[in-house]
Amino acid sequence: MVPLEPGVSLGPAHFRVRRSDLVRYAGASGDFNPIHWSQRVATEVGLPGVIAHGMYTLGLAGRAVAGWAGGTDRVVELGGRFTKPVVVPDDEDGVVVEVAGEVKPTDAAGRVRIDLTVTCGDQKVLGMARAVVVRDE
Amino acid sequence: MPLAPDLAGREFPATAPYDVSRSQIAAFADAIGADDPLHRDPEAARAAGHPDVVAPPTYPIVVAFRAMTAFMADPDVGIELRNVVHSEQRFEADRPIRAGDVLTATISVESVRQAAGTALIATRSAIRTVDGEPVCTAYATLAHRAPDGD
Repeated sequence: MVPLEPGVSLGPAHFRVRRSDLVRYAGASGDFNPIHWSQRVATEVGLPGVIAHGMYTLGLAGRAVAGWAGGTDRVVELGGRFTKPVVVPDDEDGVVVEVAGEVKPTDAAGRVRIDLTVTCGDQKVLGMARAVVVRDE
Repeated sequence: MPLAPDLAGREFPATAPYDVSRSQIAAFADAIGADDPLHRDPEAARAAGHPDVVAPPTYPIVVAFRAMTAFMADPDVGIELRNVVHSEQRFEADRPIRAGDVLTATISVESVRQAAGTALIATRSAIRTVDGEPVCTAYATLAHRAPDGD
């Protein structure tokens, strides 16, 4: 495991996203907004196609952070802005979301901040994405 | 229908208690592909100091989403669902959510900011156990586009 010292770069981690993942996430989260599974509704509201739930993308970021921190229970803060949609085509390849992190200091003892860069293709899909994690002193 | 002018500062009733089960935590972890043993193995969770399996850091959205949905459907609020986009989300955990928790979410509006025909509604959902133990605070910003002609 990479030590969580300020200045350290983490990842990138890569996550493949397919339509079936969005359907599964809709069921598990209770968010059945049709823009996340219906091409018809997505294009009717002006989207280029079915898009991933912003919370699905943030969930992938959380998964990367939990891995870097050495356990899901070490993640105490996580958040970001949903700046650009992750468009997920209806094929076997789907799209790939990339999550990279950079460790920053915090004022709290035993905690560091991880600034996240979350991209899909060449687009940044989350803005101001960051986490705070507990680390071993 | 315009947004209620007095939204900022208002607090809405707590959601009905939501029971968190091991299988729900596993299903949510499966959906995002999270393979941490703490999500599925009660022994591993206990060894890490938790009474039962723990949920991923974004799982609180499941409870917060219920408060957000009720808030957006409240006719006094004046939101039109089709004009709303979830624009920002942040979680501050007091502790991880775990199997066996019975949780409620209480949503309040922190601020409403107008920007280029869109109202940015900053909300805060306090997630607590039914015994009143704070578990997580979920901050969501909802972008509400003014309906045509408003």
